Amino acid sequence: MHILACVKQTPKSDNVKIDPVTGCLIRSGAESAMNPFDEYALEEAVVLKEQMGGSVSVITMGPPAAENVLRESIARGADKVYQLSDVAFAGSDTWSTSYALAKGAGKIDELEKIDVIICGKQTNDSDTGHIGPQISAWLNWPNAAFVKKVLAVSENSLTVERLTEAGTDVIELPFPCVISVVKEISNPRVRSIKGRMAAKRAEVVKWTAEDIAADKNKLGIKNCPTRVVKSFSPTRSTNAVVVEGANAREKAAKLVEMLKENKYI
Amino acid sequence: MNEWKNVWILAEVSQGKISPTAYELLTAGKSLAEDLGEKLCAVLLGKEVKKLAQDLFDHGAEVVYVCDAPELENYIDDIYAKTLNGMIQAYKPNKFLLPATNLGRSLSAKTAIFAATGLTADATEVVINKEDGQLHATRPTFGGNLMATITCARTRPEMCSLRPMSYPRAPKTEGKNGEVVEFAFDGQKYTSLAKFLKFIKSEGEGLDLSETDVIVAGGRGVGKAEGFELLGKLAARLGGAVAASRAPVDNGWIEYRRQIGLTGRTVKPKLYIACGISGQIQHMAGCSGADVLVAINKDPDAPIMKMAHYAVEGDLYEVIPAMLEALDK
Repeated sequence: MHILACVKQTPKSDNVKIDPVTGCLIRSGAESAMNPFDEYALEEAVVLKEQMGGSVSVITMGPPAAENVLRESIARGADKVYQLSDVAFAGSDTWSTSYALAKGAGKIDELEKIDVIICGKQTNDSDTGHIGPQISAWLNWPNAAFVKKVLAVSENSLTVERLTEAGTDVIELPFPCVISVVKEISNPRVRSIKGRMAAKRAEVVKWTAEDIAADKNKLGIKNCPTRVVKSFSPTRSTNAVVVEGANAREKAAKLVEMLKENKYI
Repeated sequence: MNEWKNVWILAEVSQGKISPTAYELLTAGKSLAEDLGEKLCAVLLGKEVKKLAQDLFDHGAEVVYVCDAPELENYIDDIYAKTLNGMIQAYKPNKFLLPATNLGRSLSAKTAIFAATGLTADATEVVINKEDGQLHATRPTFGGNLMATITCARTRPEMCSLRPMSYPRAPKTEGKNGEVVEFAFDGQKYTSLAKFLKFIKSEGEGLDLSETDVIVAGGRGVGKAEGFELLGKLAARLGGAVAASRAPVDNGWIEYRRQIGLTGRTVKPKLYIACGISGQIQHMAGCSGADVLVAINKDPDAPIMKMAHYAVEGDLYEVIPAMLEALDK
């Protein structure tokens, strides 16, 4: 079984700082790491490999420094890693990003047939959740998003549980297919020493837009359909009523009284 | 581009009923349609859903596009996205709002590729730019630390998924008239290799988070799984449900579907009681729409103590039992 996990290098979420004057993100000094949701995707890929035999490939799109998340992937059990890096990709929205990743996946598929592509539910920087379903659209493969459990895996299909607001759907997806997974799917493992050694030595395959035969008219900030026209800091209210009292009991009584008075309870 | 007209909203159907997000989208869509001088239209996909059209008229839709087919009984991404794209190409909407629910997020993403157009995810505000008539969709990004306004200038429809609870539900006026347009399901084209096997209703305890007026949420400060039993007592006493911030879910104290925040769910109850929650912006993104926010926290300097309407400095293990006592008086 050949599984392809998609990962992204993103700012560590607790490190994001906003310039109060410009409302822009301060990127300098911000530490980067693998998007936390992708850790679950990669782990599930490795679990499936261990169960069924085969290999795990990992793909990322990003600037040269994004190579780090690919080495990290090797340390966590991936076998082959691929990086899409080209100025032509810069500023791509999800439509263009998913196109590039689908082209990259297509090329990997030619080298070694892919059975399943696994993406994280969303990234922690742009939070869209688009990429998994969109890769599947470009490839015309079946997909399911918000997958919380792989119930069964066979030689030619996956049976998965999909989280919905009202409950759980059970879906069968024949290979090749794409799933995007929520964190309930797996428990990411700690990197082994052997894995870290392998990560250092691993070869990162680097492809440009031309290498994956991507149409440049579909890539980058100039060609992608959406554009950010404004960004600003969200406003927050700061007018809390502090509930006074000598102890927890007094405060609780006062709070209940105020909530009742205002008919909130 | 002039051939693309009207504002569409997707009326999600869940277990045979119109999801409340449809009424929120009708509110958001109505102001867009009025600004453009175009019609507000709803889209219904499913099995035996035509009868639901009247309810959408009663909530403000002028036209309801229906695709009613047994194949649409359950949600399969390919079948829905191909059908929706078929409708888009046939009727050419200008703007298209979908709910940022699990179904809506996944469906909007796939449909945008088939329809070769741009999509903004999880917006909390949508307006029409008066100068060029474009949709300006504003959304939280970078974990809620930054708001971004996004446009889609060159392709139509301009698609956007809208975060649940961002707009109030449209009011209902019974017996309103509207036009039903039936779109024929093409069983040859709208296919998928994926198979829907079954639906399992959530057996999670308590009320659904989107249906309840009161939510008692716990954070890292709860400290242990058993702590949620105490929160549950308060929730039960107030007729509400229990929820959590990210840390308790990561620690396995409570199930993921109860997580509120950017990576969980968005709620808009009348009363939200945050216990032992520090108030990181990622969490606040999911609960700041509450009418009244109460914070109970040992740390008077926790960010939530400034964002809440009522701040109680104290140990939740002392304050909650005392609240239960006070409520029983």
